[in-house]
Amino acid sequence: MSTDAFTMEMLDVWKRPEPPAQQVETGFFTDTTLCIGCKACEVACKQWNQLPGDGFHWTGNSYDNTVSLSATTWRHVAFVEQFPLDGGGNSHAPRWLMMSDVCKHCVQAPCQEACPTGSLIYNEFGNVYVQQDICNGCAYCVVACPFGVLDRNREDGKAHKCTLCYDRQKDGMTPACAKSCPTESIQFGPIEVLRERARKRVEELHGRGETDAYLYGAEASGEYSALNAFFLLKDRPDVYNLPEAPRRPVARMRSNYLSSFAAAVGLAVISAFCFAKGDK
Amino acid sequence: MPGLGTSLGRGAATSFQEDLQNSDCILFMGSNMAEAHPVGFRFPMKARERGAELIHVDPHFTRTSAMCQQYVPIRAGSDIAFLGGLINYVLKNERWFPEYVKAFTNATTIITEDYKDAEDLDGIFSGFDPEKKSYDQKGPSWNYEGEGRMHKTETPPEIKVESFSQRLSALENPVPPSDPELKHPRCVMNILRRHYARYTPEMVAITCGCTAEDFLRVAEKLCANSGRDRTTAIVYALGWTQHSTGVQMIRAAGILQLLLGNIGRPGGGIMAMRGHASIQGSTDVPTLYDLLPGYIPQPAAMRDHGSLEDFLKQEEVRHGYWANMPKFMVSLLKAWYGAAGTKENDWGYGWLPRLDGNYSQLPTFIRMAEGKVKGLFLFGQNPAAGGPNAKLHREGMRQLDWLVVRDWFEIESACYWYKGPEGIDPKTIPTEIFFMPAASSPEKDGTLTNTQRLLQWHDKAVDPQEDCRSDLWFLFDLGKRLKRLYAGSELLRDQGLLNLTWNYDYDTPPMLPDGRASRLPDEPDAEKVLEEINGYTVADHRPVSGFSELKDDGSTACGCWIYSGVYPREGYNRARERKRSPDNYTSPNWGFAWPRNRRMMYNRASADPEGRPWSERKKYIWWDEATRRWAGVDEPDFEPDKAPSYRPPEGSKGMASISGDSPFIMKPDGKGWLYAPAGTKDGPLPTHYEPVESPVANPLYRQRENPTVELYDCPMNAKSEPMDPDYPVVATTFRLTEHYLSGPMSRFDSWLNELQPAMFIELSPELAEERGIEHGGWMVAWNKRAAIEARAMVTRRVRPLHVEGRTVHQVAIPFHWGFAGETVGDMANDLTSIVADPNVSMHEAKAFVVNVRPGRVEEHRDAPLPAAPWPEYRVAPSVPRSAQPEGQEE
Repeated sequence: MSTDAFTMEMLDVWKRPEPPAQQVETGFFTDTTLCIGCKACEVACKQWNQLPGDGFHWTGNSYDNTVSLSATTWRHVAFVEQFPLDGGGNSHAPRWLMMSDVCKHCVQAPCQEACPTGSLIYNEFGNVYVQQDICNGCAYCVVACPFGVLDRNREDGKAHKCTLCYDRQKDGMTPACAKSCPTESIQFGPIEVLRERARKRVEELHGRGETDAYLYGAEASGEYSALNAFFLLKDRPDVYNLPEAPRRPVARMRSNYLSSFAAAVGLAVISAFCFAKGDK
Repeated sequence: MPGLGTSLGRGAATSFQEDLQNSDCILFMGSNMAEAHPVGFRFPMKARERGAELIHVDPHFTRTSAMCQQYVPIRAGSDIAFLGGLINYVLKNERWFPEYVKAFTNATTIITEDYKDAEDLDGIFSGFDPEKKSYDQKGPSWNYEGEGRMHKTETPPEIKVESFSQRLSALENPVPPSDPELKHPRCVMNILRRHYARYTPEMVAITCGCTAEDFLRVAEKLCANSGRDRTTAIVYALGWTQHSTGVQMIRAAGILQLLLGNIGRPGGGIMAMRGHASIQGSTDVPTLYDLLPGYIPQPAAMRDHGSLEDFLKQEEVRHGYWANMPKFMVSLLKAWYGAAGTKENDWGYGWLPRLDGNYSQLPTFIRMAEGKVKGLFLFGQNPAAGGPNAKLHREGMRQLDWLVVRDWFEIESACYWYKGPEGIDPKTIPTEIFFMPAASSPEKDGTLTNTQRLLQWHDKAVDPQEDCRSDLWFLFDLGKRLKRLYAGSELLRDQGLLNLTWNYDYDTPPMLPDGRASRLPDEPDAEKVLEEINGYTVADHRPVSGFSELKDDGSTACGCWIYSGVYPREGYNRARERKRSPDNYTSPNWGFAWPRNRRMMYNRASADPEGRPWSERKKYIWWDEATRRWAGVDEPDFEPDKAPSYRPPEGSKGMASISGDSPFIMKPDGKGWLYAPAGTKDGPLPTHYEPVESPVANPLYRQRENPTVELYDCPMNAKSEPMDPDYPVVATTFRLTEHYLSGPMSRFDSWLNELQPAMFIELSPELAEERGIEHGGWMVAWNKRAAIEARAMVTRRVRPLHVEGRTVHQVAIPFHWGFAGETVGDMANDLTSIVADPNVSMHEAKAFVVNVRPGRVEEHRDAPLPAAPWPEYRVAPSVPRSAQPEGQEE
């Protein structure tokens, strides 16, 4: 190797490669009214991403034995049995709600905002993605996520979550979960198309008399941004173990800084006052 | 599946799953389609999104129920009472489809005056012999008017009735006496009215345990969604077949659908959802003891089947398509015996083994337990955990001299000699067991025939690992070795084996899709087998284009006539085709559906007697006067140029005797059989009988259970007396999406096991409280055959029912666990018994009795093993921590 080439290579360390060209933003629309609870999404996700099984623990919580999203479970199907007792005041007929949960790929993602290393990024599809080679396992993202999506893997100590099948998307393929869903409960596509389709779907359901159908996360609300993986639900969010009003830590940062600054100033004044008094 | 065969002509689902999207109403009964067939369930979901009503009638609330607008709980085994109620509702309120019923069914046919109904004899029909516990199959007592005694030898009870000819019987007169006005008291319609008059909504409620209001809502929905402009489909599965009255449940659905005019029409039909990946294929090219390929009966020693001529005379059906059977039989013999079969030696007919008894699974395992069976091959079968009364199956296998198990994993049937609840000392078991690893489907070529008769070819993607080999290779190689072993034998009994054509070797070394040569060049060429099944002309070995080319003079060979057309010319395998048809939802170029690529059977019924579509909305095929042919989106299941106005001339035979307005061409009279003059062994009309084990008396008749049921009384197969107070709880088995059958494929996969990791039993909060069983705790279910333990899933999805004025509790038991695999648990099938439907030897796993208590089975010999541990990684000494194997926590 010539000296020049060696120097160039050394300098390349500081050269940033061209980022991939921006693509149409993509996401998931999960329509829970079409979910038959087959869990094909869970298995397809584990198979494609080669995630291990999480052990065999029978919970007795309906047919949900994987309990929650984790570092090794990136799709999780929740089962909610709602069987009002005879003569109860409940308004709806007996039903069994099923919902396939996943990383929400928030438009403004608290995990990304909390990440000190730059491991968490928005990739060219606008999906929130953890770069495993950069993650240092600090777990700030774990506490920042209001949905409990991010989790640190005990094996490598790093944060893991749904990649929205970044590798498949780069090859023009549908993510594994959406591909395997037999009833099109999980729909993948350009986010604007999905949002439009979802709005129409809600109108259609309302027209049919299913007035309890609504979209969760299709639009920004309160301090929280819209979600690029959003849901059509039939009951309150907490029934599906989703927060009613998710919180974004950064939204409170300014007031938190201000109050700590104010506290510091206040304390300084008090102590100055005390010291001044003591001098006498 | 004689339930459908007797009613309609062929024992297979009448339609295809894609067509369910066109239904206006779908009744799921005896099927948990969303859980057992989740991929096909996309079509009912599409129908629902298009506004269809989905109804689920089932003992427990499943994921299927959750998707339906209406769910009706019923007592397991009371299905005929419910269906009979629906039939009565349709007749009483005159909601049947008059033009369809009068033209296409045998409603107008007059029945002999010897016939006595269950109405007259309190639950049994005329012709019953209480000694033999069977009906006189030959006698005239169920016949059409004017038919004499059948001229054939009797089918003994040992032979079941799956074959077409036995099912169809033979009618002397293709146009039996009838009364188009339906006034005659002995015409089928009036017999039907009388028979079902007692199945009132109140009686349905008392028997099934549902409310009369729920029942009436279902009835009204079905009627409102049937007729010229609308269609209703019925979907069933093992929840109907696994009963001592299973065949009659399916018959009842056939009657209902014929009355409503829903057979052979888009969005209508009866979808039989079959229980295994290619189980339709294994009845078409049968693994059944009493059938030859294509539903031709196996010659029997007890019948006059001595020579081919005798056989054809006995099995002859003069009218309808089955009149061609001699062509199919001779072509089959020609395919099997090649040049060795000549006209002089009846094409080798004499080499076929003759039946001399019942060799179906249940009696065979009972004989095995008695030490009368020496050896057993198991290909993808797991009787040690999945057989009814699995305990007896295990006992049977312990008496064998040798056993060959071919499977992916060491399943229960391969390890029962050292594991299992009996805790038996392996030294006491004399069996020599050969466990041979099998290739999985991506590792071999072949076809699967799915639930809608669709053959789909799969190519080998990779070579199987290590010693794993395909079942086809194993059988082919075994055949070669046996032929070598018997070479030169002069014994008559060996000639069948020695003369069998056995030439499936590859002509050129097999290649993998990536262009590499396969490392297993001695695997047989599966496509050659398919070619033989399709059929060819003997002279030049050219594939035939369909079964209409088959001859009975030995010039054609065909391994299974109904599959003929799957390989219509050299190098063209239609089962491999995967062409989408955006304009035609029947996807005619995706795989190959028997017969002759017809996706919907009996589709002549989608047009009115004159050949016009019943309505624009329900157009499917119709008579095109311009071209003088049937046109439409599917292959017509009819002679393509037979005009609707065609009437058979006097004395005609075969298809010539089927008129242009008779869609059920396999039937000698071309009609759908509301009333079955022959073909079932337990009555011409479905009648409610209680399951053999049941906590209630029959509310409808004095005759309690099916009078012809086969009980197989033996020490290991004890059964409860009717209404035994010790066993008051009704039990039914069911499937989960997450597991497959007794788990031989799924319980060895951690991705599936983590989703449903343990055996459980579902029961209602009321029963749990009564017995002190806690949700999530252990419970025991036991009966006279076994006791099993499981975790208690207390859920409102199971409800106590009010039957005959008292509360009847039910429990639902998944049958996916056993003692081998990553997750283990007690077997539901240790509780089920061996009792059989008289028509098909199907057991009764969907309705039996147990009792339940909290706790565990005391002295459980082989307590469930802990879940398989994760592989342990030992710290490698003097290696830096960063280079230790993965998974090392500290």
